[in-house]
Amino acid sequence: MTTQASGPAGSRDGDVLLRVENLVKHFPVRSSTLIQRGARDFVHAVDGVSLEVRKGETLGLVGETGCGKSTLARCVARLYDITSGRIEFDGTDITRLSTGKMRPLRRQIQMIFQDPYGSLNPRRRVGSIIGDPFAIHHTASGAERKRRVQHLMELVGLNPEHYNRFPAEFSGGQRQRIGVARALAFTPKLIICDEPVSALDVSIQAQIINLLADLQRELGLTFIFIAHDLSVVRHVSDRVAVMYLGKITEQAPVEQMWAHPRHPYTDALLSAVPVPDPASLDRRERIILVGDVPSPINPPSGCRFHPRCPKAQQRCVDEVPDFIPRLGDEATHLTACHFPVMDGEDISQARPAISADLRVVESSIPEGSLTGISGGEAS
Amino acid sequence: MARFLIRRSLQGLFVLWLMTVTVFLIFFVGPGPGFAARVLAGRNATAIQVAAVSHRLFLDRPIYVQYAHFLGLTGGQGLLQGNLGHDYYHSESVNTVLKAAFPITLSLVLGAAVLWLAMGLASGIVSAVKTRSLWDRTFTTLALTFYSMPTFVLGLLLILGLYYEFTIHHIGIFPAPGTWVSFTHNPIKWAQALLLPWITLALVQAATYTRLTRGSMLDVFGEDYIRTARSKGMSERRLILRHNLRSALTPVLTQFGLDVGVLIGGVVITESVFGLPGLGYTAVNAINQQDLPVVIGVVIVASAGVIIANLIVDIFYAVLDPRVRLH
Amino acid sequence: MTYNVGDAVAVGIIEETPIAVVAEGEAAKKIEGHSPWVLAWRRLRRDRAAMISLAVIVLIVAMAVFASVIAAILGHGVYQQFRGPSPAGLSPTGQPVGPGSTFWLGTDDQGRDIFVRIAYGARVSLFVGVVATAVTVFGGLVIGLAAGYFGGIVDSLLARFMDWLLAVPFLLLAISLISVVNVHPIGPLKPGLPVVITVLGFFGWAAVGRIVRGQVLSIREKEYIEAARALGARPWRIMFIDILPNLLAPLIVYSTLLIPATIVGEASLSFLGVGILPPTADWGEMINNSQNYYLYGSWWYLVFPSLALLITTLAFNIFGDGVRDAFDPRGDLFV
Repeated sequence: MTTQASGPAGSRDGDVLLRVENLVKHFPVRSSTLIQRGARDFVHAVDGVSLEVRKGETLGLVGETGCGKSTLARCVARLYDITSGRIEFDGTDITRLSTGKMRPLRRQIQMIFQDPYGSLNPRRRVGSIIGDPFAIHHTASGAERKRRVQHLMELVGLNPEHYNRFPAEFSGGQRQRIGVARALAFTPKLIICDEPVSALDVSIQAQIINLLADLQRELGLTFIFIAHDLSVVRHVSDRVAVMYLGKITEQAPVEQMWAHPRHPYTDALLSAVPVPDPASLDRRERIILVGDVPSPINPPSGCRFHPRCPKAQQRCVDEVPDFIPRLGDEATHLTACHFPVMDGEDISQARPAISADLRVVESSIPEGSLTGISGGEAS
Repeated sequence: MARFLIRRSLQGLFVLWLMTVTVFLIFFVGPGPGFAARVLAGRNATAIQVAAVSHRLFLDRPIYVQYAHFLGLTGGQGLLQGNLGHDYYHSESVNTVLKAAFPITLSLVLGAAVLWLAMGLASGIVSAVKTRSLWDRTFTTLALTFYSMPTFVLGLLLILGLYYEFTIHHIGIFPAPGTWVSFTHNPIKWAQALLLPWITLALVQAATYTRLTRGSMLDVFGEDYIRTARSKGMSERRLILRHNLRSALTPVLTQFGLDVGVLIGGVVITESVFGLPGLGYTAVNAINQQDLPVVIGVVIVASAGVIIANLIVDIFYAVLDPRVRLH
Repeated sequence: MTYNVGDAVAVGIIEETPIAVVAEGEAAKKIEGHSPWVLAWRRLRRDRAAMISLAVIVLIVAMAVFASVIAAILGHGVYQQFRGPSPAGLSPTGQPVGPGSTFWLGTDDQGRDIFVRIAYGARVSLFVGVVATAVTVFGGLVIGLAAGYFGGIVDSLLARFMDWLLAVPFLLLAISLISVVNVHPIGPLKPGLPVVITVLGFFGWAAVGRIVRGQVLSIREKEYIEAARALGARPWRIMFIDILPNLLAPLIVYSTLLIPATIVGEASLSFLGVGILPPTADWGEMINNSQNYYLYGSWWYLVFPSLALLITTLAFNIFGDGVRDAFDPRGDLFV
């Protein structure tokens, strides 16, 4: 992992707010008997991720459902224990900090969640929810707390008079603002946004994104922005990392990635993004990936993408590719691929060169076995 | 499937064992040393006699030795040999006492069970199908009334209202409370004697089943596959019988299995009211006479009943729903 | 219990869509109006059956509270035996006297005024019903919370313990324990009120605990709990400030339905002779005693205490149903 990365306006190591090295998080697949029998299976949610986040920037994290990005976020926020690896936040190693020691640091790392309906306790008033951080850390109480909460509400564009309302009385976009207000209580150094706009209508998405951008400017915040919608990610991020099955496949400054995608997976994702210009639409070929993401319990060998990659070769099955700059890219653009996509290459016509049984099949429902819909009827 | 069965059986046995420990604790440990000995020796025993009994029954030994003896581990008369003890008051083995009482309880419970299941299902289905009609409202109100009625109140009132009035007017349908004729002796008189107890027990239990069936069927009615079948033109009657009923019945039947199991030990009140010398009645008498072995015997049999019923319900569920087996 | 379509529609709308921002002038008034408690109370108020049963309950409570006043007015003490000749509480042959102008509901086998005894009996039933239910709910809440939230070994052990408790034949064990205690108290378990309340509470909490545990298990996975942990909240704070408010509604519903069951339980124990000790007036005990007399002409001795018990239980059940409908009109809170 390179150390002379260039981020916003010239950087040095001292600007690194968060450094993650070889983070691994495995979940045991639980069997429900009291006594475990035999070898356990593990879900390889995050399998060796390294990245850096610099002060003041927004790192976008993209990937399909199940690629591990949410798990990664929660590991960084220390909501889970880490299986192995290292997390360094603002110079402190927080990998194995106890709950007690972690607590004061939690003022500096906050999360904004995806579901505006699930991330707020429906039985509590909004003022109480936003005031939680002050209560938990005993920093303000009574009238002082109310004042601060109302200030936060104004900051995110909510009417401070609605202090005593319940979440059910707000719209989805407003609830997400409440979540943002709650996260801002101590002006944290790092905010991890786990798909904060995915559950909102498009017009509201724009409002929330602009709100986050304004807040970043005003308060000097640093974001990790997780999403699966590439157009949103492009809009908000300075740098982008793409995740697949627990590993990062490509990482680059945002315009670099859009202009020169190196990993076939990135290329495929980008080709699916709607483009408003019909002329360029004709020129582009949709790269269609077959099948679903394989199960993270038993990830494929070598490069994990090989079952679905249009360019797969035998080397991809045997050898895990290094995460380094490819094809003469700058040091900020890293790719994990043996046969990266060259500028102008059209991989929609590529054919994989590995045997068929290593590939993903079209559909997993065998012919002729479709069952009819009849509740309770034995067929 | 076999593994599932074995696991559940082992769990059942474990619970049963816990029951023996509990009973042992209540009677032999709780009230302190000497209590059990005094009680078992009888009220008029002298101190010497108490000491003799105490020694003979290992009651002067440490607790774990007593328990081992109780279980039968010390070789001889214990639980593991299927011997539930000796009834000192009536000078017969507890097994004999229980063997006489068990058929009575069984007759009562099973007869009532058939009745209440039929009543509950019928009224529940009608209520669900004709929601908000007069039928529905009547059944629901009746269900609520009987649900709120303690069994002994209903029993006594029925005796007053039916037996008393009928007998006064020389309509001899109901024999006097306290009569018991075994089935093998005279089936008709057997049923006659059990008629009022059956009605009492069934009415109270049916109330729950009416509500349960109604709720369950209404739930299923709202499901999409019912709507699909209806839109395909299936007749309402066929719809109810073939689709709705089967899914709706599962929770009801589960409850039924559990209830029957619980009642084996729980019909104490009904038996007391009607003077039927079943397990519960025997137990209550034994308690009043402080006849410990009988009490212990009944408690163990009753627990076994509950556990076995649970097991049967679990098997039933596992057969119906394969997901349970993989658990 | 009564459920009109207008309610359902109104309720559906309020539940599902957010309230639009109202004009500033109305803001202050409306803010309090939408708390879920107030909404539930409004729904309850519209349920006629529930309101009637609530009135009945209030009447019964009043009767219990003013039992001594009733006794004073009638001039018949609760333990007072009127063996005659004046006032004639027993017939010349020593049998109970029927309802009349002196003894409104008749007398029992010892010449005591049944009406007065019913009033005093209400004290016992209500007291035991409420206290035992409180013990049950409180115990089940704490243990269910702990089991559900902490998981792991704690949960496994507690869950199995609760399952075991639910498998025991309650009545038999209760009778056994109480009869032993009546002869020989064990520690704090003294005959009469203490042991009855303990027994009713001890065997009841497992059902509550199981329900609470189930709810906690599902709430625990919600994002707002994760958010609280991300903020650094301690487990106890999460349990009582975040989880508990979501449990209150099902708990209240369950409690109001548990009270009548407890009252019946207490009456049953008294009926079997292992309840409150005589000569305290108790409905179950009166019914038990009446067994020797009601078939020989003294029907009132059975009927009136039975009616008291029945009406009380019915009122609580109807009210409980109403509370459940008020909190949970769509039936999706819990089974």
